[in-house]
Amino acid sequence: MDRTVRWFIGALSILGVAIVIIYLPLPSMMQWQSNFLSRSFLWLLFSAILCLWRVLRGPTAPDRAVAIDMLGILIVGFCAILSLPTGRDWYIDIGIAWALQSFIGIMALAKHLEGKDLDE
Amino acid sequence: MNETIGMALIIVGLAFDFFGCLGLIRLPDVYNRIQASAKCVTLGTCGILFGLFLFKGFSLAGIKALLCLLFIIITAPVSAHALARGAYLSGVKPCKENVADVYGEDKLKGR
Repeated sequence: MDRTVRWFIGALSILGVAIVIIYLPLPSMMQWQSNFLSRSFLWLLFSAILCLWRVLRGPTAPDRAVAIDMLGILIVGFCAILSLPTGRDWYIDIGIAWALQSFIGIMALAKHLEGKDLDE
Repeated sequence: MNETIGMALIIVGLAFDFFGCLGLIRLPDVYNRIQASAKCVTLGTCGILFGLFLFKGFSLAGIKALLCLLFIIITAPVSAHALARGAYLSGVKPCKENVADVYGEDKLKGR
C-alpha cells in the first residue's frame, strides 16, 4: 500500500479515538466518570493497546521485552491517574509495587537475553 | 493555581506517553524503538506523577507519588540500557539504514 495512504489512515484512526475519548458520553455506571480528567485514563489504555500490538507482532524476542517494559511504566502512570478522581490513595501503593516488580523482571529478562544464567 | 498546573502537567504526560507508544509501533528496529519509547514514556509518567503531587500537596499520597517518581527516574534508563545490551549480545542486527556500529567494532578488536 502507498505510504501516504497508510499515514492518512493512521492519523484518521488516532483522531477518531481521541474524539470518542473526549466527547462521546460513555455509559457510565459510576459517578466519577463524568469530567475530562477522570476519563483521560482511557487514553492511557489506548497507549497500552499499542504496546500490546508490538508484543503480538514483534519479530524478535527483544522487541517483546521492550514492549513489556514500556507497558509496566505505563501501568504505573495508569494507577497514579486513577487515584485522583476516585479519591483512593492506595492506587499509588500499587504503582510503587508494580514499578519495583517490573524493574526486577526486566533485569532478569535482559540477563537471559544476554545468554547468561541468573546468578552470574 | 496548583491544580491548574497539575492538570497541564498531566495532559502533557499523557501526550508524551502516547507518542512514546507510537514510536514503539512505528520505528523499524529494536534500538530505534528503545531510543524512542524509553525516554518518552519515562518523562510522561514522571509528568503524571508530579501533577498528582501538585494536586495532593505534602500529604502522604503526595510523598508517595514523589517516591514513585524518583524510583522510575532512576530505574527506567538502567533497564533500557540492559535491554539494548542484551538485544545486541543475543544477535539482533541493526536495520539496513544504519551507518555506525561502534560497539560491534570494539568487540571485534577485543576491547
